[in-house]
Amino acid sequence: MSHQPVKFYQTGTFTVGNRLLTPESRTVQASEARANALNSGHRACQGCGEALGARYAIDAAMRAANGRLIAANATGCLEVFSTPYPESSWQIPWIHSLFGNAAAVATGIAAALKVRGEAQTRVIAQGGDGGTTDIGFGCLSGMFERNDDVLYICYDNEAYMNTGVQRSSATPPSARTATTPAQGAQPGNTFGQGKNVPLIAMAHGIPYVATATVAELHDLEAKVERAMAIRGARYIHILVPCPLGWGAASQDTIRLARLAKESGLFPVFEAEFGEVTSVSKIRRHVPVDDYLKPQRRFSHLFGPQADPQTVAHLQRLADRNIRRFGLLADGDAPERVPVPEQADERHAAPA
Amino acid sequence: MDKPFAITLDVGSSLANKTGTWRTNRPVYVDRLPPCNNACAAGENIQGWLFHAESGDYEAAWRVLTRDNPFPAIMGRVCYHACETACNRGRLDAAVGINAVERFLGDEALKAGWAFEPVAVESGRRVLVVGAGPSGLSAAYQLRRLGHAVTLVDAGPLAGGMMRFGIPQYRLPRAVLDAEIARILALGVRLELETKVENILDSMRAGAYDAAFLAVGAQIAKRAFIPAGDAARVLDAVSVLRSMEGEEKPHLGRRVVVYGGGNTAVDVARTAKRLGATEAVIVYRRTRDRMPAHDFEIEEALQEGVLVKWLSTIKRAGDASITIEKMALDAKGFPQPTGEFETIEADSVVLALGQDVDLALLEGVPGLAVEDGVVKVDASMMTGYPGIFAGGDMVPAERNVTVAVGHGKKAARHIDAWLRGASYVAPPKHELAAFENLNPWYYADAPATVRPLLDMVRRRSTFDEVHGGLDEGNALFEARRCLSCGNCFECDNCYGVCPDNAVIKLGAGHRFEFNYDYCKGCGVCAAECPCGAIRMEPETV
Repeated sequence: MSHQPVKFYQTGTFTVGNRLLTPESRTVQASEARANALNSGHRACQGCGEALGARYAIDAAMRAANGRLIAANATGCLEVFSTPYPESSWQIPWIHSLFGNAAAVATGIAAALKVRGEAQTRVIAQGGDGGTTDIGFGCLSGMFERNDDVLYICYDNEAYMNTGVQRSSATPPSARTATTPAQGAQPGNTFGQGKNVPLIAMAHGIPYVATATVAELHDLEAKVERAMAIRGARYIHILVPCPLGWGAASQDTIRLARLAKESGLFPVFEAEFGEVTSVSKIRRHVPVDDYLKPQRRFSHLFGPQADPQTVAHLQRLADRNIRRFGLLADGDAPERVPVPEQADERHAAPA
Repeated sequence: MDKPFAITLDVGSSLANKTGTWRTNRPVYVDRLPPCNNACAAGENIQGWLFHAESGDYEAAWRVLTRDNPFPAIMGRVCYHACETACNRGRLDAAVGINAVERFLGDEALKAGWAFEPVAVESGRRVLVVGAGPSGLSAAYQLRRLGHAVTLVDAGPLAGGMMRFGIPQYRLPRAVLDAEIARILALGVRLELETKVENILDSMRAGAYDAAFLAVGAQIAKRAFIPAGDAARVLDAVSVLRSMEGEEKPHLGRRVVVYGGGNTAVDVARTAKRLGATEAVIVYRRTRDRMPAHDFEIEEALQEGVLVKWLSTIKRAGDASITIEKMALDAKGFPQPTGEFETIEADSVVLALGQDVDLALLEGVPGLAVEDGVVKVDASMMTGYPGIFAGGDMVPAERNVTVAVGHGKKAARHIDAWLRGASYVAPPKHELAAFENLNPWYYADAPATVRPLLDMVRRRSTFDEVHGGLDEGNALFEARRCLSCGNCFECDNCYGVCPDNAVIKLGAGHRFEFNYDYCKGCGVCAAECPCGAIRMEPETV
């Protein structure tokens, strides 16, 4: 596990900081010297998980890169709420080009830096799930395949929120969106569609893939730090709850991210060269109901027209994640997945 | 206009966009009252002193503690710790071992010789304190710190009251008691022993005292009429425990029967065991769950071999045996005689049926009211006679050391105000920090530390202390189990979790501030505050 829990310091393992911890074992976010890469005054909704996740990740990357960082941003909420022309909340060099080409733009920046001999300046590409798993997927796969020296961060809020909550290929089954209404025989998003980009990234055999949530800051920062210590294509997928699109209370953003992980619906792990190297164990296992009920996008599963079969189906998916990734502290070891030969070629390559 | 193609505006920062205007609810930092503090009869700021203990600053912790209670080493041994019953951590795994940490701090202070701050300004007023038990000592300590000249008189040969003549040594070693009393006297409190106040008004006049605090305790053992033979040996618990402090240990014999169900009865039975009794039997007329003694003390007594006859009353005491009658609880839970008798062997019978107050010194004091054998006091602990205050076992309240210490402190504050012609108004209490105000996710799992117990052979045969103390390592661990309910402990969560950077960190020891220019009022900070120190309040329009 990339993040070592601190024992018996009251709250040191889980809170942002703690006066009893040495400064090194506190998070970047605990420091008054954090970059605040995404500054106040942005126009994200109240309780926006993406705004939070982006600051967590970029501040950690800024510390790892000693402040020498350039970010390319896909179209999406993050771009729109942070940078309505001519204002910006970004306190780092930042570029937005198109919806689908953030990975390609970042690749270009990395190439330019290499040509100029500025290898110490690092490059990040970032976008939402729409810009990553759907529209920018071709460019992303190309960046992975070429092993370009870019850290791609996907802030996954599970739909196109900025344009009015339309379904994406990251929308979970049975969730209600504007394009998958809670009507008909199978209300909400269809089971058996969508894609799992972290696993697809692993199938490219790239040096580093990780998932994280805004509920586990120590873990998230440790993963960004680990990714920044590696050269080549890296991918971090961060679950960022969206109060607007999920139909949740604004104060529940972190709680929902925590429940997504604790229920097993969102496995938190890291992988190197196509192999899972660590998983974040479930600490307080909860049934999926605990995660689904506070969200109006799942409200058709409960209440008068309750749909226990669908809830049971979602529970099976969570249980399957738990089994496959070995998410329980005293559970079985994770299942092994075959690794593509490119991973071996990259791993064994001389430095 | 020398801007690039298609660029017409200068780049600006989003700081121009004051998103605070979106807010309908605002977060505010609050201090809520931790349940431990709320439950403490001595009014200790427990969360406050644990905060310092957590960082290993034991002296600072001790100084915060002793603002309210000068006896941490004593309390850490004899207090029944209502704080731990109230502790929110009990809902997570097990309550914080507050009492154990308190004892550790008290013992550290004695080891290191920490002294109280000397009195800064003398007030020139004189106060007489009658009774050098916990209540009188607490009042003397607080009054002296407020600058008053305090004379403490006691009829007994040594100070300490029931802490010395009621609590057995295996619960409170006398060296600890002596040291904590000496520290109070070192502040300049004058102690006059073996001085019985016959009439309080005469004594006040003779010594030119401006006010008096009475805490003479409840020393007279209650008797019950038991037909007894001439040779029967019937004693009372108060004098048995008192004589334990003298040269002559009480002669109880091999088979001792103790009559009563309070903590004193248990103390006597355990003492008898240690004095060599082969049998120590407590006779109590009701059932264990109705016994007023604390359950852990009953449990320890049973472990040491003390026997208990539940649902029994003593009918007759002979020279080597007693007759007891079996009782049965009626529908209302009162014991009723069954007419079934039993004889058990007994060399002596000790009555532990409660105590009354000796009110002789109050005779002829006008305006003073006595009800149910105790002195009536108002909310400021003042009796019906202006300038005479009372506390401890002689006023209506639960009788234990912690309550007594609390009375002493409270009375001292009111006496101080009364001497200045003012009245003391306690600061308003904060709202209670309920478990529901916390976000327990953030607290690491940490089971309670168990204090070591003396081995059984020595518990049965010696007066060595039964409960051991914590060492530095596990005292620190235990202190750090505190959830800091309702009071910011600077975990940086609010500062970290704000999606809008609208929390300003003011630096170590200075907590945080909200930047309402940008705070959108989402409430994530309040939801993720582990200890419930942030409240969301509706914005006024």
